Amino acid sequence: MTVQKVREILEKNGRLSTPVTDLADDSDLYNAGLTSLATVGLMLALEDEFNIEIPDSMLGRKTFSSIQSIVDVVEQLTQKA
Amino acid sequence: MEHTNQAGMSKESFEKLLEEVHKIGEEIMRPNARDVDANARFPQESIDAIKKLKLMGAYIPTELGGLGLNITQLARVCEALGQYCGSTAMIFAMHQIQVACAVNHGLSNEHFKNYLKKVASDSRLLASATTEMGIGGDLRQSICAVEQNGDSFTLTKNAPVISYGKQADDLFITSRRTPDSPANDQVHVVVSKEDYELEPSMAWDTMGFRGTCSEGFLVKSKGHIKQIIPAPFADILSQSMHPTSHILWGSLWLGIATDSVNMARAFVRDMMKKNPNAPQTAALRLAEVHSVLQLMRENVHGCAEHYQQLLSENNAEALDTFSFSVKINNLKISSSSLIIDIVSKSLLICGIAGYRNDTKYSLSRHLRDAYGASLMVNNDRIMNHNATLLHMHRGD
Ligand SMILES: Cc1cc2nc3c(=O)[nH]c(=O)nc-3n(C[C@H](O)[C@H](O)[C@H](O)COP(=O)(O)OP(=O)(O)OC[C@H]3O[C@@H](n4cnc5c(N)ncnc54)[C@H](O)[C@@H]3O)c2cc1C
Repeated sequence: MTVQKVREILEKNGRLSTPVTDLADDSDLYNAGLTSLATVGLMLALEDEFNIEIPDSMLGRKTFSSIQSIVDVVEQLTQKA
Repeated sequence: MEHTNQAGMSKESFEKLLEEVHKIGEEIMRPNARDVDANARFPQESIDAIKKLKLMGAYIPTELGGLGLNITQLARVCEALGQYCGSTAMIFAMHQIQVACAVNHGLSNEHFKNYLKKVASDSRLLASATTEMGIGGDLRQSICAVEQNGDSFTLTKNAPVISYGKQADDLFITSRRTPDSPANDQVHVVVSKEDYELEPSMAWDTMGFRGTCSEGFLVKSKGHIKQIIPAPFADILSQSMHPTSHILWGSLWLGIATDSVNMARAFVRDMMKKNPNAPQTAALRLAEVHSVLQLMRENVHGCAEHYQQLLSENNAEALDTFSFSVKINNLKISSSSLIIDIVSKSLLICGIAGYRNDTKYSLSRHLRDAYGASLMVNNDRIMNHNATLLHMHRGD
């Protein structure tokens, strides 16, 4: 459920060079072309969609490194809410 | 990250070591600094003196034969060296940045453990080839690639700037993982002198940091795949190379700035001695520059202490956050700007005596060195990074 939504958001905001459908959940998004500027759009879209605020301590390169790591963070934050 | 030992050398031993550093600074580095600068020559006698103090292994844990300094102590050594010869201090800092990458990311690995032992026991000098022709200063992209063949590899890199490339014993090269890897899938490869050939491509006749002999080369290397640091370069950069570079560079720039203020102070004192009724203008300027120097010093020291804290907690998550990157980038931008400000203000105090090349108040070398600071990883590149990262920062 979360994975599907994250994939949709990534498709729209990630500006990747590889189509999201070709990526496994643990594929490296930076290797797929994720830039830091695209990460900004991705973060804003995730916060909007899931109604969360990602704290500074989780805002790092690792969080956005794969679909799985994004899902983990989103789930952790939505469970808290 | 494996290295968490930030206990460092005991306070007493470190104070003694720092005294020794100031001693070689006064006796060897300062007397040679002008010649090193004028002739853009490698400061061999100063590096030899540093080696005698076992400082090449300063950041290597004691169990591997190093001195086991922590990062704030290492930064203090850079700051001290910067007060005598900017080029020597820069060479020392760049060497230690490579050591830190190997210490933080190689210690779980037998090969790198033995390698670091050798660096400490033989005082090997380590150089860095990150900048690449066709890419410029973007550390997170490479064109060159490791070409693996069984257990061995070849790697060729067109590097326009390798400080003390000719004098180094080992070279740390960033490269793509394989010829099929995207530009940002990088590894950090360590090759020794016998593994590589350097074809000179560019001379080093620059405004400042002339003694770093940062010539350009086409590097042709080969080696065993165990010479590739196991961690991805992205981790090495964010957790080690990026913070260590800006802390150690900031420290040696602080040393240069400190020396310029010391000269301004001596100049004002001389002036007062000659004419006790002279107007207070220069003294006022000294008071002004002194406060800027304190600002720079506290910022450099504070960032070093923060990094040391995160290292001692082995806090890889915190090191990987955008907010930590922003902080380190801010350190680079402010310290590289403040060094110019401080040396310029000192020059205004020393006046024509500072402008001349042949007085004890000459600030020519300091000022020329100072301008290099904002170019080694261009400040505008860093500012661009922060402009992006700050969109993802919640506030302080
Ligand atoms: C004393 C000294 C010693 C050095 N030693 C070494 C060494 O040992 N090993 C090593 O590898 N390197 C070394 N360097 C190189 C240094 O670290 C820089 O990476 C390099 O000098 C940058 O080169 P550049 O100015 O041509 O490139 P750039 O950083 O590409 O800058 C050139 C211009 O491009 C602009 N720019 C900004 N952002 C971007 C962007 N996103 N894309 C394109 N352009 C942008 C900049 O503002 C600037 O105007 C050394 C430099 C100095 C000064």
